[in-house]
Parts: sequence; structure tokens; C-alpha cells
Amino acid sequence: MTRRDMDVAVIGGGPAGLAAAVSAKEHGAKNVVVLDRNSWLGGILPQCIHDGFGVEETGISMTGPEYADLYIEMAEKKGVTVMKETIVLRFDNSRKIIAVNKQGIHIIKTKAIVLAMGCREKTRWNAMISGTRPSGIYTAGVAQGFINLYNTMPGKNIVILGSGDVGLIMARRLKFEGANVLGVVEIFPCASGLPRNVVQCLDDYGIPLYLNHTITIIDGKERLEGVTIAQVGENLIPISGTEKRIECDTLLLSLGLIPENELSKDVGIEIDSVTGGPIINQYLETTLDGVFACGNCLQVYDTVDMLSIDAKKAGKYAAEFTTKRKINKEKVRKPYVQVRGGKGVKYVVPQRVNKEGKVHFTLRAEKPREISTIKVVSEKKTLLRKRLPWVNPANMITMDVTVPAEIVKQGQTLEVSIG
Amino acid sequence: MKNFQAGIIGGGVIGSAVARELSRYQLDVVVFEMGSGVPSGASKANSGVVHSGINSSPGSLKACYCVEGNKMFQSLADELGFDLEWVGKLVIAKNEDEIKELERLKKVGLQNRVPGLEIIDESEVNKREPNVSGVAALCIPTAGIIPPYQFTIALAENAAVNDVKFLLETKVTDLKKKKNHFLIETSKGAFQTEIVVNAAGVHCREIASMVEEPDFQVYPRRGEYLVLDKNYNSLINSMIYPVPVEESGFLGIHITPTIEGNILLGPSAEFIDDLDDRRTTKEMMNTLLEEARDLIPALPDKAVINAYSGIRCKLAHPKSGGWADYRIEESKNTSGLINLLGIESPGLTAAPAIAQEVTKMISQIVELKKKNNFKSRRIRKKRFSEMSTGEQSNLIKKDNRWGRIVCRCEHVTEAEIIESLSNPLGAKTLSSVKYRCRAGMGRCQGGFCTQHIVRIMEEQFNIDVKDIKLKSPSSHLFYGRTREVKDD
Repeated sequence: MTRRDMDVAVIGGGPAGLAAAVSAKEHGAKNVVVLDRNSWLGGILPQCIHDGFGVEETGISMTGPEYADLYIEMAEKKGVTVMKETIVLRFDNSRKIIAVNKQGIHIIKTKAIVLAMGCREKTRWNAMISGTRPSGIYTAGVAQGFINLYNTMPGKNIVILGSGDVGLIMARRLKFEGANVLGVVEIFPCASGLPRNVVQCLDDYGIPLYLNHTITIIDGKERLEGVTIAQVGENLIPISGTEKRIECDTLLLSLGLIPENELSKDVGIEIDSVTGGPIINQYLETTLDGVFACGNCLQVYDTVDMLSIDAKKAGKYAAEFTTKRKINKEKVRKPYVQVRGGKGVKYVVPQRVNKEGKVHFTLRAEKPREISTIKVVSEKKTLLRKRLPWVNPANMITMDVTVPAEIVKQGQTLEVSIG
Repeated sequence: MKNFQAGIIGGGVIGSAVARELSRYQLDVVVFEMGSGVPSGASKANSGVVHSGINSSPGSLKACYCVEGNKMFQSLADELGFDLEWVGKLVIAKNEDEIKELERLKKVGLQNRVPGLEIIDESEVNKREPNVSGVAALCIPTAGIIPPYQFTIALAENAAVNDVKFLLETKVTDLKKKKNHFLIETSKGAFQTEIVVNAAGVHCREIASMVEEPDFQVYPRRGEYLVLDKNYNSLINSMIYPVPVEESGFLGIHITPTIEGNILLGPSAEFIDDLDDRRTTKEMMNTLLEEARDLIPALPDKAVINAYSGIRCKLAHPKSGGWADYRIEESKNTSGLINLLGIESPGLTAAPAIAQEVTKMISQIVELKKKNNFKSRRIRKKRFSEMSTGEQSNLIKKDNRWGRIVCRCEHVTEAEIIESLSNPLGAKTLSSVKYRCRAGMGRCQGGFCTQHIVRIMEEQFNIDVKDIKLKSPSSHLFYGRTREVKDD
């Protein structure tokens, strides 16, 4: 058993964890460790060999591995300690981490923790798809890993359920490798991935997109033999008589992502039931003192660029927590402003604000609409009113709102709505 | 042609229990299993309940072997190293009429000599099971839970260690009775045995009809289940059953805790045509949730992490009410053929008692002499996730593969994956790993660990990527390499 003390420990060495670690170093944390369960850093990025990463952040379009390398090098230069093939088993509310790797059990006492565990893919059972249980059913990310990292071909005749970005990108990727991509099936009336990916990954290659459709049955006793798709009504329930069977040997599922927060839940951090991530304040601090959250374990981001920008803030605040040790934290903590998603809004992050000033919010609309007005109102007045040419749940909305002192002092509620 | 004295067709819980019992004796035994591992059929797809015996008609073989088997479980679990917990069962009455049914069940139980039966009132139900809604309950303390696959694996592995030959992916294609022996044709060649035990489960009629005109029919009945996330394991403390519909032989959709912390909902009971139609259906998934919610109103919506079904071997026509007793007998027309027919619920519980009965029958055909080197014990190794930090630390020092966690949901290490793949049966599929160490059984359902297990199979067991299978002979995972790399 080894014991060590760290200023900041970052759990997860994907893009969010790396950005947070680099930023924590830049903001004065003396020693920073990144713990990652894989044998590599960068999380999912090394298997994302398509380009488009980094455009918003750096102006340069990179592939996933290139973008990851950028941060891996930065982390190295700044002297971030890295522990790979290391799994955090748990941490407690004094921020003591128990982790394990081939060297043994590690007890790491920390001043601050940044949660950057990322997310996992929804499975067939999250969508309750009935039928048999043959081989040949993969989540899109797992299939992507097999092709791009392990040089292994998971299938030949492929149907993809769900039009999330990973699914769209995999449609194109499989086409490149000579597979027949028979179609992408989406239950909603619009693709859930970014519009540019629909054009570049499906339209350009003549891959059909079945909107308002879902898969009702999976068949095949050993290897997958086919799926039955059906049109759905407005209630998303399949319309009988519209079923059509597609013969295929492989089904990829791109049904969305679930933030990984087993560790957070175990220690009692409050979770937002909509985002699936921890409830945070404007410092990206969770409901447990000195524990910050960023990346896809906080909320599922559209692009790595936006994710890194926010993750850097988490790293910064974690570092400041270790250096400045804000005195009398209770006073800052209570009362706080509760931020709620109102009409037309799926969720807003951060969910709490406990200090006046400019706060950076990210949110998602409930459904796509044309010209819309986004409003932020406190119990007494309107803090922001902004017109947007369109909104789409696939595109995260960001905005800065100045929260006045009296609203914080009175612990008022802020409501964000889109109408 | 290879010769054995006894051939067991089917490596389910019955076949494996018989194999294990016979492995005590100086007898060459072979098991033919068509799946890529054991169990491959209904023995893994059931509720995992050690029944008490309150549900079978007094005097029936079902009641007799169930009560007998129940008594054997604790020592079996200790000996063979599988998990067993006596969590008890509550049969819940929803109204006054159903309380009468509880009285009837209790009477049946008393006739079957089931100990400790007690009818408790609403307040006591609420005290024991705060999430369950009911006006009274029959409390059965001698009902337990086991992971059913673990039980079959334990029986089979112990039998294999004691020299029973298990032939996996070996389908019996023909069976002939010659003068003094049987000729068994299989997908892996021909075999000769003196005795054949037909433990083929729902396929028992197919096997019997290879050698004689069967005097029975099989009516396959499918039972579907849902598996709930471990997050909800505090919903119940014991097994929660509705009052069964009399005479149908169906216990109703119940809610069963598992030792690992998941909850099972099910089974449904639907007669089907195809013996192998192990699908789940949307309608039944919804029904399971609805009926379970009748018993536990607080049952959450999005808790399902998996669904499966198993096919029960029913001997009674659906119209006749669906109840028939087991048939455990040597064929009248074909001497040396021991037919085990219609072994449905409570078959898991009855298995050890049935195995003893079959051994007795065989002893009348051939002389059985005890082995002096029979190894009765199979040690259950503690899992990494069950160890204290100190134990974990010591083990990693000895073998650092205990420090590499491969399944993040269930905290299964590389050492445990390798141990699972080195099993005495030679089963090497993803499922055989899953059923031994739980890798892939958690809420991400293999999203993280599959790639690592596949690598271990390739690198440490030299399995070609094209031969890596999910669970059965043709359930291949891959079509080869994306790009072939050629050496210069």
C-alpha cells in the first residue's frame, strides 16, 4: 500500500481530465495527479480518428489523437503526474482516494478532487429493445474502438440505431472499411447528432436515415440475423403495420450517453436527475466541498472544444481551492440561488449560484424551434433576454449572466426559459 | 470411436448434477453439451430460487425431490463453493380472498413437511417489506436464492475435476441401441456407451425419439425476465411472490433479489412452438413491469439493465391446465436409457435429489464402486470486490494481475478473467467469463470490459479473433482484421 499527498487529483485522463490538470497546474496547484483506468491518456479521443476537433478552441481542425496529444504534451510539460491503468475504487468526504493498479493499492490524500470520469454509452436495455440476444450488437463507441484501436472488424452488414454523433461518424467509418451500412434509424423527427455530421457522414455516402422510426425486434439465435424497424407516431410508439425487416449481421447502438457518476453517488454527491451529472455551483464545485466536476461526467457536451474550455475552469477553481482556502466557506455556500430550467429548457448548468457576478451558463432546449427568445428571470426581475435565430437540443447553448448580490443574499430562484 | 460407460446428454443443472454424483464412482462418464459452456439453456435462465416445496401437490415427485433437494443445498453450497442465501419468501395476498389462498398454500406446505410456515398480517408485511403492498403474506423461511449458473458451473467443474469428460459444442445427432450398448453420433464424432442419461431438458423428446417412439409430448413454455440495476437492491429484503393461480403450475410473476444485488422480475409463462425461441417481447416486458408494480408500487421506470428468457419443458398440454409431474425413469422399451423428462420448476432445487435417484437407478444396471480419490470440495475463491483493502494489497504483491481492473462496473480483475478462462471445462466464451466472475454483468453491460477480455483471449489464450464467441458455437463476435498486416 502506498500513501501520498496531492494538491489536486483528477479522476479520469480523457480530454476533460487533462485540461483540468493542466489548468490546475497553471493556477498554482503544486502537485497534480491524473488517474486513468486505461493504458493510454485521452479517453475516447485516440479512437476518434476523424477530424474536426479543436476548431472552436484553437482554430485548427485536428483528429482525435492529435487533439489528445496536444494536451498530453502540455500535461507532461507542466509536470502533471500520471497514473495509468489505475482505477479509483472510492473516495471519502475528506477527499481521500483509494485507487488500485498493478503496483498495488494507493491511498491518496488530496486537497481538491476534479471529477472527469466521462460517460458510458446507453445499451439496448436502456431503450428496452426486445428480441433475441445474439452476438453482433455493439454500442457505437465499442465498435469504433474495435475498428480503430484493435484493427478488428465487428460486422459486414450494418444497421445503426440512434443518430447521435458517434453513430453518424461510425456509419461513414464502416463504409470506408467496406461494410454495407444499411441505414441509420432515429426515433425522433430530427437527427440527434450535429447537422454537419448528418451531411458529411450520411448524405455524402447515400446512407439512408429513417426518421420517426425505431427498432422493435432483434432476431438471430447466435449471430444477429436481422432487425425489424417500424415507424413511430407522435407518442414515439411504433405504428403497427409499418414494420419492415432488414437483414443484417450487426447492429450499432448510438442511443446517447450516461455520465459516469458511480463514485460521486457512493460518496453522497447530489446528482441532477436530468443531466445525470453532479449538481454544481458557478465554481464547478459539487455539493461536496473541494470536489469539482467537469467534462462528460458533468453533462454530455457536443464538442470537445467546449468541454475543454469548461474543464479548464474546473482545474482553475480546484487549484484556487487548495491555495486560497476560501475562509468560512459555509457563509459563501448558504444561501444560494437555485437555477431552474423553465419552459422549453431541458436543463441548465450550474444549478446553483452562491456568489454575485458574472456566471457562465450552459443549457439545452427541449425541442428544436425557429426564432426564439431566451429569458433569465429572478423572482422579481428579468436578468437577461436574448434572441436566437434557432434552437436545437443537439446544440448546447451558452450564455453569461450577471447575477446581482441581493438575489444571492435572498437565495432567490432563477428561471431560464425559451419561448 | 470412444467408449464410455455412461453418457449424459445435456450439461444443464440436471445433467451436471448427475455427472457430479456419478463422479464419486469408478465409472467412465461423458457429458455431451451442445452449447459452448454450461449451463446454456433453462438452467441459467430461471429465478435462481431454492424452493421450499409449498407449491407442489403432496406426494408428487416434484414435491418429494424439491423438499429433499432443499435440505441438501447448504452442505452443497459449502462443499462446492457457490453462493446461497436463505432470504426467505413472502407470498403476498392483495385482498381477503387471497388470504384464503395463503391458508391453502400453507396446508400444502405442511403436508410436504415444509418447516417454519407462518401467515403474517399487513403491519408485519409492512415492517419486513416497507415497499411491498399487501394485506397479508405467507412467510416461507426455508426458501433461498442462488446464482443458478454458478450452481451448474460448480457441479460440472467438480465433476470434470473428478474425471467426467465434458464435451462442449457437441450436439447429439443420432442415438441407436445396439445389443449391449448405445451408439451415439455427435457433431464431434461417434461414441459408444452402456448407459444413456437423457437430460436434454426441453430437447428431451428429440433425444428419446432417436431410439424409440416417445410416449410423451413436450410443450415448451417461455418465461421472460427483467434484470434491475443494483442501485435498487434495497427495494426488497426477501422474495416477493403473488398468490399463484391454482393448478396451472405457474407461480406468477415474482420479484426476486439476487445475491449480487440485482433484482429479477418474472417470469412470464407463455406456450410457444419453437423449442429454441428465446426472445423477449415488448408486450411481456411491459406486463412484467406492470405486475411487479402491483406488488411494489415504487418500482422505478428506468431500472432495467438486461432481459432474458428461458424455455421450460412442460409435459402437460396447455389446455389440460399445464401441470404434470416429473418423469424420472428407465425407458420400458430401451434398457439402459434413463429419461429425465419434464424437469421444470422446481428443477433447480430438485436437481441434487434427482441426481441421487438417477445414481441409484444406474447402480442397478452396472456395479458402482466408490473412488478413493474423489475430490468433493471445490473452493470458492474470494472475489477482488469482496476483499478488504489489506487483502487486495497483499494479493497484488503476489500477482500483479490482481491490480488490473478489467470490468469497471463489478470491479473484476485481470487475474479473475484469466482464472475464469482457465476453467476445467474448457469453456472460453464471453458468457463463460461473465457467469464465472461477473465481468460484463454490470450496468454498462460490457461496454468497457469487452475489449479487454477479447485482448486477454487473443494474447494469453491464443484464440484467433475470428473464433471469439459471445456464448454459443456460431455466436462469433468479429469478421477478422480490419486491415491485414503483412510481414515483409
